[in-house]
Amino acid sequence: MIWDNNFAISVFPLLLEGLGVTVQITLLGTVLAAVLGLVFAVLRRLAIPVLSPVVSFLVVFVRGTPLLVQAYCAFFVLPAYGVSFDALTTGVVVIGINYSAYMAEVYRSGIQGVPKGQWEAATALSLPGARTWGRIILPQAIRTVVPMLGNYLIQMLKDSAVLSAITVVELMATAQAIGSSNFRYLEPLTMAALLFLAVSYPASRLVNRLERRYAPQH
Amino acid sequence: MSAVIDYAPLLWQGLLTTILVTVLSGALCVVVAFAAGLARLSRHRFLSWPAGIFIEVFRGTSLLVQMFWLFFALPFFGIQLHPVTAAVLALGLNEGAYAAEVVRGAIASRAKGQTEACIALGMEPALRLRRIIIPQSIPAMLPPFGNVMVDLLKNTSLVSLVTVADLTFSAQMIRSTTGQTTAIFLTILVVYFVLSYLLTLLTGWLERRFALDRKALAAQRKESRLMKVGAA
Amino acid sequence: MRPSTEPQPLSVGTALAPEPIIRFENVSKNWGSNHVLKSLNFEVAPGEKVSIIGPSGSGKTTILRILMTLETPSEGLVKVDGDVLWNVTPGQKVRETRQLRETRRKIGMVFQQFNLFPHMTAMENIIEAPIHVLGMKKAEARERAADLLNLVGLGKHMNHTPPQMSGGQQQRVAIARALAMRPKVLLFDEPTSALDPELIGEVLNVIRNLAHTTDMTMLMVTHEMRFAEEISDRVVMFDNGAAVESGPPAQIFKDPQQERTRTFLRAVLQH
Repeated sequence: MIWDNNFAISVFPLLLEGLGVTVQITLLGTVLAAVLGLVFAVLRRLAIPVLSPVVSFLVVFVRGTPLLVQAYCAFFVLPAYGVSFDALTTGVVVIGINYSAYMAEVYRSGIQGVPKGQWEAATALSLPGARTWGRIILPQAIRTVVPMLGNYLIQMLKDSAVLSAITVVELMATAQAIGSSNFRYLEPLTMAALLFLAVSYPASRLVNRLERRYAPQH
Repeated sequence: MSAVIDYAPLLWQGLLTTILVTVLSGALCVVVAFAAGLARLSRHRFLSWPAGIFIEVFRGTSLLVQMFWLFFALPFFGIQLHPVTAAVLALGLNEGAYAAEVVRGAIASRAKGQTEACIALGMEPALRLRRIIIPQSIPAMLPPFGNVMVDLLKNTSLVSLVTVADLTFSAQMIRSTTGQTTAIFLTILVVYFVLSYLLTLLTGWLERRFALDRKALAAQRKESRLMKVGAA
Repeated sequence: MRPSTEPQPLSVGTALAPEPIIRFENVSKNWGSNHVLKSLNFEVAPGEKVSIIGPSGSGKTTILRILMTLETPSEGLVKVDGDVLWNVTPGQKVRETRQLRETRRKIGMVFQQFNLFPHMTAMENIIEAPIHVLGMKKAEARERAADLLNLVGLGKHMNHTPPQMSGGQQQRVAIARALAMRPKVLLFDEPTSALDPELIGEVLNVIRNLAHTTDMTMLMVTHEMRFAEEISDRVVMFDNGAAVESGPPAQIFKDPQQERTRTFLRAVLQH
């Protein structure tokens, strides 16, 4: 028998722990990405000299480079300049920034989707800029963004495995560690894959349902 | 910067490997995308179900897990893949599963009238797909395919973790021998960025090449919308 | 006994020829609880030009779509040129058989929305099926396509793609494309409904020519009453999933027997 069931059962609790860390990274990373993405999107839209083009370029640059290399940069380069966090924090920040670049794009299209008449109405009412953004534009823009946020959350769950390369002990790193210390990779890697699937598949069905439910309103 | 210059040949080798892996897995990705995407659309359950399971499993699990599984777990079945083979397989199958959804979506959204015209002309399903539906769907597939290819390019960096000496692997080696982290990582970030940008340009060029079709489709769609309004 | 409020299904067969080329026997089509066709009996003689008129949603287009196998009847028998196209008992799961594929080759269709292939030129649209379905040589197919394009007055447009043509021109190419398959029966599903008013004439002219010069059987769903009157051998009035009345155009348009036909014609001819 190739598959060792006893071994699989014995390492399952460890893998579950790893999954817990993976979920934790994903949730924190998504919050960070959602907030930063919004900031980037608004900064780009405000067309502030120097700042807006720089933000635009950074967003494009982050989208054009690999998450793994970004993680290496944060992990190996930043400490050389005296900036250093533990691996988990670094991982959350890196993946959060990485996804904020994608989220910024989602917000951008959400903001663009708000009809011009809304801006004009706000101007006609002499609403100040902050009020216009906070009470008129963003609440409408963000509603369209929610399902996409769900899709990126699921994507991040799977991408977070990359952080195992900078010693973050999440699901993938746990499976790898079990494999190398026992010289048995089949069970931990297969179970890691199934655990990813067990979370991401129901989650994506849920997001699909949300998408369908909220779609007709727009 | 000295490390970058001293080790330029190593980086160059790494770059070539990255490009090789991208091209090979990109080709596999396209084949997988059409095979799985079309099978998913099939009326025959013995085709559409396996395709559905393939797509969900490869989209639902992490690419890195898939790559490690092919490299470390497959040997337990007596199959030892070369690192490059495992890397290309994992990348091609994973991105192919995403691209399969692109193929499926583009074909499923094809106007119903086109299929009906084919039936009225006695064209069998295979002929319909090959001559009419797929050629028409290509322009709609190109932009999302471009995104998948950029993702694939960036994800080739993961092959360094299964010992393929790509750009990222070379950078890691140079870092550990010279300790010059900043210059080396900034350099490869820029290289990856340039490669992504080139891929975007390529996609744009392909889109323009097929633009006539796209204009045609857009015009027809608009026309039929107007007609519907007019008929109502 | 309670009087039936439903109009009784009426047999509208013709006695023109002994062997009809199209024959519907007790054909029904249901969408859930919506009865689009109610036990229809209907025959068309070879070479006959038949127009089907009636209000929207009366099931007239469904007749064409069932003949073209774009829709499956819920029940009933449909024969074309002596071959069975459909033979469905209620609740039966219907499969596409070889018999069905062979039989439907005898039928061609012109769609309301033209449905030209937008990525191909007029010429390519026409030669596509003759080459790949009938196995015709390319040179021969092109030669015939050129003749057909001349026939519909578009000899100079063979290298135009659909977006470069007007709706009327597209529909004429679509007619040529259907003719290229040499169908015995040609179906027209509201061929001018999607056209701007000034383009309708050119398409009607082509259809009129066909009606007068060929012995092809033609079955047309149309809202162009005057045209139907001019080219048809027979007009069938449809309402609510059943044929209300059938007869020569002179009778239907000048002296309709049924009240439903009279109100319909009054409504559509008034403007």
